[in-house]
Amino acid sequence: MLIPCPHCGTRPAEEFTFLGDANVQRPTSLEDPNWNSYVYERDNPRGKIDEFAYHSGGCRAWLVVSRDTKTHEVFGAVIAKNFKRKQKS
Amino acid sequence: MKYSVFSLLKNSLSGHKNWTPAWRSPEPKKEYDIIIVGGGGHGLATAYYLAKEHGLKNIAVLEKNYIGSGNVGRNTTIIRSNYMLLGNNPFYELSMKLWEGLEQDFNFNAMVSQRGVLNLCHTDAQRDAFARRGNAMRIDGVDAELLDREAVREMYPFFDYENARFPIKGGLLQRRGGTVRHDAVAWGYARGADLRGVDILQGCELTDIQTENGKVIGVQTSRGEIKCKKLALCAAGHSSEVASMAGLKLPIESHVLQAFVSEGLKPYIDGVVTFGAGHFYVSQSDKGGLVFGGDIDGYNSYAQRGNLPMVEHVIEAGVAMIPSLARVRALRSWGGVMDMSMDGSPIIDKTSVHGLYLNAGWCYGGFKATPASGWCYAHLIAKDEPHKVATAFRLDRFRRGYMLDEKGQGATPNLH
Repeated sequence: MLIPCPHCGTRPAEEFTFLGDANVQRPTSLEDPNWNSYVYERDNPRGKIDEFAYHSGGCRAWLVVSRDTKTHEVFGAVIAKNFKRKQKS
Repeated sequence: MKYSVFSLLKNSLSGHKNWTPAWRSPEPKKEYDIIIVGGGGHGLATAYYLAKEHGLKNIAVLEKNYIGSGNVGRNTTIIRSNYMLLGNNPFYELSMKLWEGLEQDFNFNAMVSQRGVLNLCHTDAQRDAFARRGNAMRIDGVDAELLDREAVREMYPFFDYENARFPIKGGLLQRRGGTVRHDAVAWGYARGADLRGVDILQGCELTDIQTENGKVIGVQTSRGEIKCKKLALCAAGHSSEVASMAGLKLPIESHVLQAFVSEGLKPYIDGVVTFGAGHFYVSQSDKGGLVFGGDIDGYNSYAQRGNLPMVEHVIEAGVAMIPSLARVRALRSWGGVMDMSMDGSPIIDKTSVHGLYLNAGWCYGGFKATPASGWCYAHLIAKDEPHKVATAFRLDRFRRGYMLDEKGQGATPNLH
């Protein structure tokens, strides 16, 4: 897999550390009942996923990579702070 | 037909032309009492024990592909019960005991070979941790021996004992651990279940789960609609997908794990050995090929194939442990889809949907658990209460804070 890092250009996957689904929403209050879901539960899609990737072997920025989990096709990558989470349906 | 030396003699006299298929290929019925989703090792074992131990009839196993096409035919065939936690080890020891009697029980040669599983340690701290785990195993009635360096050297003189960074200091040996012919496990359970009336429906993919008032009433499949009273999910790496058909979201991510076989060699490695300084495990198949593997690739995947960086990583670790491996040629590699749970331990539980049961989250340690997983899942489905060695494998343990975290690493889906 080749990842198009916005800072470094196209780089091989072994330079990156992956941290799973980027669409999980961290609750804002301690009373929120969704903490369990945020920490443990995942959509785990077979198909397109937006996932956190840390460019540990490069610019050391957190990215969000869009990828297909069936084919490993990579669609693109953005800096994590610019990523817009999917709104909960 | 019962397989025995007499059936073999009889069929050899007739030129092996009269063997019958080991299981039927029936048409789906309109309704079953119990439908098991997933014809892998765990699903077939569940069907087998439901029929044999609980005397239940009218059971179907749905398999979207063919028997043995999933992880049961894609693993490194290792069996062991060298866990530490009380919620885990009695379960894995039940599995080991079932392995020990399996071939007689289901009348099929699964080539169960208790050739010993040796975990190498490379630091004093690691040896202390092994002593602790070995003691925990012995409290649970499991065999464990802590070996010093010379005892390991006697077993495997060709390992790298003088490695400057990771010298081998000893190892933890479970002599009753070993390997099993993985395909034969699927075939044996499939045949045993079929003989007791279970319908094994190959090429039958689950496409939807039908519920009514919070209760399962049936399924849609690629071979039509089938009604059922109880539905038991057992879909390994595809658990999240099938559970989402009933509106459930699981504490699971699917990852790819690769494994490898070398060219055939003369007898070289007697038992199963695991490297303690990297993630690498190796044994030698009865055909002579070295069977080895390492860690998951580290990203979500349903692709049944991995990438080259992990191939390089695994082989580096192997050569660090056994320098002479550098001259061995790898023959094949493959990948399987692993249901990585958030604490590295499995789930065998009821769900919030009435009549819907879940068996998932085996990470990449599911093969060794096959008999006990089937045994305990069958118990849960038949009696609606967990088996006594599987009470810790609850789906809600994450919310309650009772994780079974064998490594003590917290909530990440990369444990096993």
